[in-house]
Amino acid sequence: MAENLFYFLVFPGLLFAGVTGAFLSWFDRKVTARVQFRVGPPVLQPFYDFFKLLLVKETILPKYGSPLVFLSAPVFSVFGATMSGVFILLPLFGITSGFKGDLLVIFYLLTIPSFSYIIGALASGNPLAAVGGSREMKLILSYELTFLLVVAGIIMKCGQQFNLNSIISTQQEGAPFIGSVSGVLLFIASVFCIQAKLALVPFDMPEAEAEITEGIFIEYSGAAYALIKLTKYIMLFILPAFITAILLNGFRLEGIGILWSVLKILGVVLLLTLIRNTSPRVKIKQAMTFFLVYMNIIVIIALVLIAFGY
Amino acid sequence: MGFKNYCFKKSLWVFHFGGASCNNCDIEILDCLTPRHDLERFGILLVGSIRHADVLLVNGSINMHDKERLIEIYKQAPKPILVVAIGACGCTGGIFAESYAFAGPVDKIIPVNAYIPGCPPKPEAIIAGIVKLVENS
Repeated sequence: MAENLFYFLVFPGLLFAGVTGAFLSWFDRKVTARVQFRVGPPVLQPFYDFFKLLLVKETILPKYGSPLVFLSAPVFSVFGATMSGVFILLPLFGITSGFKGDLLVIFYLLTIPSFSYIIGALASGNPLAAVGGSREMKLILSYELTFLLVVAGIIMKCGQQFNLNSIISTQQEGAPFIGSVSGVLLFIASVFCIQAKLALVPFDMPEAEAEITEGIFIEYSGAAYALIKLTKYIMLFILPAFITAILLNGFRLEGIGILWSVLKILGVVLLLTLIRNTSPRVKIKQAMTFFLVYMNIIVIIALVLIAFGY
Repeated sequence: MGFKNYCFKKSLWVFHFGGASCNNCDIEILDCLTPRHDLERFGILLVGSIRHADVLLVNGSINMHDKERLIEIYKQAPKPILVVAIGACGCTGGIFAESYAFAGPVDKIIPVNAYIPGCPPKPEAIIAGIVKLVENS
């Protein structure tokens, strides 16, 4: 019991994932600044933002909404992100939990933050938040099928195993899954799915800042918004970690392998940041077409290739 | 108190309220966020919603219509909020001070923490004003 609480709260759960995610968030902002020929914020900027929101600012409750649901939605989103983070990071750090089939649990837990954003936005009683919530719902409907097919491709590739531990060990004994044609196709599709899950720029219609002024987060202030920021930090760490686990050979925690593990995570975040900085926001209809038609075709081609052994 | 205040000073998020402005001050405010001046090195971000803001920038002359909206925006902001009046119109009324539609400079309507005069103020002047605001808050 104490061990499980330690896993959830300290390592690799809330504290570790939050701190690492905050550092990755700084990395994202710094790279964005360098791309635009700016200097960028200091390293501790995400921590300043978080503690300012948590400790200094006032939390305002909606008058025409439901305050209880409005305040519990960020708590649920932090819970979902941390829980999926624990399930992803335990196999990556080589700690066996003895739980088979965790890949499907991770897939369902990763949707909890998006669903709690929608619930919180609809409970705030703001029309722009409702617009953002409906867009987030359509976005989930479009990327979730592609993401499920990517997970199915990974399961097919390592011989019908639902366990993240055995997926990582299969790759470490043989070659990483990205080293084949189908692996490259799966990597492309999963990077775009993660871009949509994190609501980064080509797919940031739910919180379009210039258009519907932060959308789903428009009414959040103070400590509630700090929890949402924490969720975003954690998601920015665990989703690249998930890609690393399923396609890029996982972590090797000895000698030079530690450096490679860090570089893999930074490389995936760098890729996401560069996509975010070089593309405009698309309309929700274009995003749905992109995922439901093109990305699904790519993943289905990958599945056929896997079936023939490529 | 010291830690809280330090975090607050290091991460000021700015919401921009434009009154009946001629748009010169708006352009100069946006200049501060461009590569040449880059206010993000001090942690200053432009946010879209007043609920996330720590600083309320007000520019332009405030007329009868703007007055109600400015008061409403100020009430919607989570406290503590700092208010900065930018430009001659925001500080004193400028050339519109005698107009029949003029509802008084910003400090007659809501409490103001810093004034940055100029028509329009240069980005350097805006940065100097923000630095003074951070040092004295």
